[in-house]
Amino acid sequence: MSESLLDTAARPVTAARAGGLLRRHWAWLAALAIALALPWLLFDWTRARHSGFGVAMLSQMGMMIIFALSYNMQMGHAGLLSFGHAVFFGLGGYCTAHLLNTIKAGGFWLPVELVPLVGGLGGLAFAIVFGYVATKQRATAFAMITLGIGELVTSCALMFKSFFGGESGVSTNRVVGTSLFGLNYGPSIQVYYLIIAWTVIALALMRLLTETPLGRMANACRDNFERAQFVGYDPRMVRFFQFALSGFFAGIAGGLYALTYEIVTFDTVAGGMSANALLMTYIGGVGTFAGPVVGAILIVLLQSWVSLLSNSWLVYVGVLFILMVTFAPGGIAGLVLMHQPISRRGRMGRLAVPYARLVGPSLFVVVGFVLLIELCSFLTIGASQGKTFTLAGATIHPKSAVPWAIGALLLGGGGLWLWREGRRARSAWDAVMEEIKAAAARP
Amino acid sequence: MSESAIRLRDVHKRFGPTPIILGVSLDIARGQRHAIIGPNGAGKTTLFNLMSGRFPVSSGSIELNGRPIDGLAPHQINRLGLSRSFQITSIFSRMSVLENVRCGLLWSRGYHYSFWHLLGRERALNEAARRLLDDVNLESRRDVPAGLLSYAEQRALEIGITIAGGADTILLDEPTAGMSRTEANHAVELIRRVTAGKTLVMVEHDMSVVFDLADVVTVLVYGEVIASDAPAAIRANRAVQDAYLGTEAH
Repeated sequence: MSESLLDTAARPVTAARAGGLLRRHWAWLAALAIALALPWLLFDWTRARHSGFGVAMLSQMGMMIIFALSYNMQMGHAGLLSFGHAVFFGLGGYCTAHLLNTIKAGGFWLPVELVPLVGGLGGLAFAIVFGYVATKQRATAFAMITLGIGELVTSCALMFKSFFGGESGVSTNRVVGTSLFGLNYGPSIQVYYLIIAWTVIALALMRLLTETPLGRMANACRDNFERAQFVGYDPRMVRFFQFALSGFFAGIAGGLYALTYEIVTFDTVAGGMSANALLMTYIGGVGTFAGPVVGAILIVLLQSWVSLLSNSWLVYVGVLFILMVTFAPGGIAGLVLMHQPISRRGRMGRLAVPYARLVGPSLFVVVGFVLLIELCSFLTIGASQGKTFTLAGATIHPKSAVPWAIGALLLGGGGLWLWREGRRARSAWDAVMEEIKAAAARP
Repeated sequence: MSESAIRLRDVHKRFGPTPIILGVSLDIARGQRHAIIGPNGAGKTTLFNLMSGRFPVSSGSIELNGRPIDGLAPHQINRLGLSRSFQITSIFSRMSVLENVRCGLLWSRGYHYSFWHLLGRERALNEAARRLLDDVNLESRRDVPAGLLSYAEQRALEIGITIAGGADTILLDEPTAGMSRTEANHAVELIRRVTAGKTLVMVEHDMSVVFDLADVVTVLVYGEVIASDAPAAIRANRAVQDAYLGTEAH
């Protein structure tokens, strides 16, 4: 996906090329069409209204896509591991909340549609200040400084009540009546479509940034900062500009957050939110442009949907993260890229059987693992909440041995089976790649 | 303006208590091809690192085109017209060959930290990158990731990146190290061609390359210059023979 964008983004778009553009960006356009249509697929026809849960989840996906992509401007494109990226998200949100309150009070006029831009400018301003300090260093020292900045801002958020509103945060009201299109943004579906518009704009801008001298030199400093120095670039300034622009986009995401929830609290700047950016980006894949988009969608899905079903959804996110980092450090996008040369030569069929054989044992492992985790959770948190564990109508008693034995058996036996099938699938992949390489070497 | 491209005056360099460069004074005239030779551990690469700003000098002064450069950062020295290659190949191995030389061109063409130009649309820039690839015979490999090039091709690419910025003083650290005879001969031809009219300073172990290419040869032994002269005179110099040429089989 990202490969195809790489070529076209930089060339002039003429009428003759519009068809090519469509062909190359079909995946993005399809994703956009789905995003536009989804609220209507989730529409509750019996009550003739939008699914509040569905729209809220989709809205969160939009802002998290921007947030994750802005994180990847540092992590993926510049090789800067930050533990404090939420600072710019949250501060963008606070700025937006205060701006909305000022507009409401008549102290300022700005169309609601442009309000997230002010979140972006807030993020940019703070990223210039903090980035000036953090980008003096690279690698581990940089990571430590960003961790410190994150803690600093989080504690400030509880101390300076006039700006941050203390623990209760800053409340606002998005219905300020300054829309360019005559919308009032009362219904959350209107906000959702505004989020889509901003997601498209931010995504396109961040994509184009990778094709600029700054974007390219960010890659260069990531790969070989010493070489970059000897072609005339100050790696520190490259880091600084990249950091500041990344803060701008994180601030836009924070602005959308403020518009959506109409309240901004200190946890938007805190470590948990920064960890979210890292999780989304890493699980999606740092090596590609599209990876963090996939990661953001997946994590929001886990957060909002699985958290409804289970107390222990964070365990699943954590285990997923560990598994991805261990077995697929390129993330989901990396797994897809692994198969690009194979699918391009039409040899995916060779992998169909070995991959299909992974489904059975994977299911065993997942069911076994989930069962054990849920048993634990019902034994501890669930018991204190007075919940009972029911599965398909039957009540499962977490204190009897049988479900534990079944869970352990599924996980252990499935694990062994998966390990064998996994090796087989891996060698099938290796064999196909060898064939492709041999064919390429032949004149 | 002075006649020297690079002028070193009593340059010392110590790493902790260990002295590496013990008072080197050297004038490298503009347009000269200057080779620095010497046994292993003589401090040749250290001298390069001092001239290019990679390490600060302990004492003494270095001038580039009459301008003091000691204390400046590598990127500042590069912007003043000095460019270098590395002994261990230093390229952007995850980028394509074309993008490597394009990175070398960016600063000198005024793009600086621009985030409002799209590289694909900069016709003059891409044209220059292609010409440069032609110069170093890598035009046919332009879309290959640089890390996948052969060793000799990577060395050629590194020379391409080094000359891309249009620097008039070029420092090459062992440009033919690890190459076969044929590859080395090609490299010498390439270096001669692309550095025409520029000041060239190189560290080199291969004596046939040195005597083929250099106008002036400086012999560095244990951090001191023991001779600096035309190749023929260096060959005849008794002290050099004793210290270096005769005793080491290079």
